[in-house]
Amino acid sequence: MFEETILFEETIRAGASWSHVLKRGTALRITDVEGSANVGALFYNFECTTERYNMPDTLKAQHIARLTKDFVLYSDMGRILCSITGDSAGWHDPLAGCSVAGRDGFLIELEKWGLGPRDLVANINFFSRIDVVSDGRMSYHEGNSKAGSSVELRAEMNVLTILNACSHPLAQHEPKPVHVAVRKVAPPAEDDACRISRPENGRGFILTERYFA
Amino acid sequence: MSYRHTISAGDFWIHEIKKGEHFRIVDLHGNQAVDTLFYNARNYADRYSAQDTIREQRNIYLTTGTRLMSNFGTTLLTITGDTCGRHDTLGGACSNESNMVRYAIEKRHMHACRSIFMKAISTWPGLEKRDIPPNINFFMNVPVTPDGKLTFEDGISEPGKYVEMRAEIDVLCLISNCPQLNNPCNGYNPTPVEVLIWA
Repeated sequence: MFEETILFEETIRAGASWSHVLKRGTALRITDVEGSANVGALFYNFECTTERYNMPDTLKAQHIARLTKDFVLYSDMGRILCSITGDSAGWHDPLAGCSVAGRDGFLIELEKWGLGPRDLVANINFFSRIDVVSDGRMSYHEGNSKAGSSVELRAEMNVLTILNACSHPLAQHEPKPVHVAVRKVAPPAEDDACRISRPENGRGFILTERYFA
Repeated sequence: MSYRHTISAGDFWIHEIKKGEHFRIVDLHGNQAVDTLFYNARNYADRYSAQDTIREQRNIYLTTGTRLMSNFGTTLLTITGDTCGRHDTLGGACSNESNMVRYAIEKRHMHACRSIFMKAISTWPGLEKRDIPPNINFFMNVPVTPDGKLTFEDGISEPGKYVEMRAEIDVLCLISNCPQLNNPCNGYNPTPVEVLIWA
């Protein structure tokens, strides 16, 4: 009934930016083509862009300082923008922000949708890992993502997705290309792994489903 | 002292601090989270960024020596004194909506910082909801573990502890003195704090 049909796919060149309104009922798979890629990402409710990805709400609802499969990305309105339904890299950085090149890439794409500097918020760095030790010191973890690693984001709302393939701000190496593919997926079932991963996320799905009621 | 004001728990405070002025926040009764944002007073699009601040100092905790950075790389203020020792900038502000997710959908009515921020910006031309990025929680303790967990620990502040900073440019400060009752960020008892500004 829900054939997994690829709707389109393309490559984001190293250092380039990209944007797309990811529709509820589709999923975006991002693949690290060469290894050690980084993808800066921001997410907005396309229907009301003042509702957007909220780093603190995402971290504190799930008691996490990293992102991987079965976690979800919360907006500031208690709703789930995207669920992480697949991940072979194992760790994605929600803490360290973006480089100047990454910020420029975000701003170019934001302006295309009528948004701008005031809409820059804390971003995610897919495929990158930051280690934090007990006194709070942060360091870049080399080699977190291997060639062919992928992460899949299932849209739970209609999500304006802003990406750039710029280097992680704490990495020393050149940016790398990534491949993106969008496909149709089934809606989250009652026993969906993201929904049942913790009671907070169960409530997050209820609030998201109420928005579309 | 050129300026001195007490912010009750659950109230907001919005005020300009001039370049070179000193700004102190005093935790009068201990373990009180003070949700704080700063803006370049000449350009509100240039505002406090939690990610830029922690990345540039390579440390997730704020304390003496921390430069509070904007999203465009501006140093807004520098922390010059801190008798508490550690402040959070990952936990953000509580809201009706995040309380519904974290605790129970029936908790929507409870007072929350994001609502206090909304009330504050409604009084201040030039600020809108999209100007509310992730904030600082002065006096709050939110450790990260090496395996990537975020924990909310009991506060390490005590009555009379303070944090002090110097404005590096003219800044606008927005504070919500947190009313949260669902977790230990205020010791389950929100209390007033004092702000002081002097040249």
